[in-house]
Amino acid sequence: MDSVGVVESAAEKMAAGAGLDEDEVFHVTMAVREATVNAVLHGNEYDPKRKIEGSLENTGNDLVFIVADEGHGFDPDHLPNPLAPENVLKSSGRGIFLIRSLMDEVHFRQLHPGTELTLVKHLAPAGEKT
Amino acid sequence: MALTIASREVDGVTVLDLSGRITLGEGSVQLRDAIRDLIGKGQKNILLNMGDVSYIDSSGLGELVSAYTTSKNQSASLKLLKLTKRVHDVLQLTKLYTVFDIYDDEASAIGSYK
Repeated sequence: MDSVGVVESAAEKMAAGAGLDEDEVFHVTMAVREATVNAVLHGNEYDPKRKIEGSLENTGNDLVFIVADEGHGFDPDHLPNPLAPENVLKSSGRGIFLIRSLMDEVHFRQLHPGTELTLVKHLAPAGEKT
Repeated sequence: MALTIASREVDGVTVLDLSGRITLGEGSVQLRDAIRDLIGKGQKNILLNMGDVSYIDSSGLGELVSAYTTSKNQSASLKLLKLTKRVHDVLQLTKLYTVFDIYDDEASAIGSYK
């Protein structure tokens, strides 16, 4: 799990460097952490033989984080809603919900094997920053 | 920074002063162990002082929920004190803000157990 901390720190640094405000830096950092933990824990199931590949980029318009695992994959459109009354007291199942809530765009791509997750945070044009 | 937990007694309430992060691998297990220990000893009134918790992730949220349900199942009462903005926002986003009894000041929180 040490690598999660490294990725998280890199995301925080890039988000702050891109001029995002404090809350947005937190949102990006948290979403990136959740996505990376998901890949290690749920995707690769802690199997050291399986790899995680990731990238973090500032395109000028967006911050884009991509992480791919080598797990069994999952259907992102049929995850239980963690806000539903029957799920709110469950001890897991909030990671993808948080990622979707905190980022501007989230895309899933099924690999064979594995899942690739792309997280996007839009950057305001320079003229719109206060 | 990993989670540190200090325990103290105030008017029959065990206050756990938490400091640091409640995340997978950093604080979730310590919190689980601390709550289980208190429940095992028969403590019924537990207050988690979150004033110095800088960060909580989905795993940490899961531990909070487990602590809440474990306490309830054992007829104990677990409440939260002094949420930081970060923790408050995440609890609100996940609707857990409505599940817990949350207090801003310690005297009111302690008084609520009477």
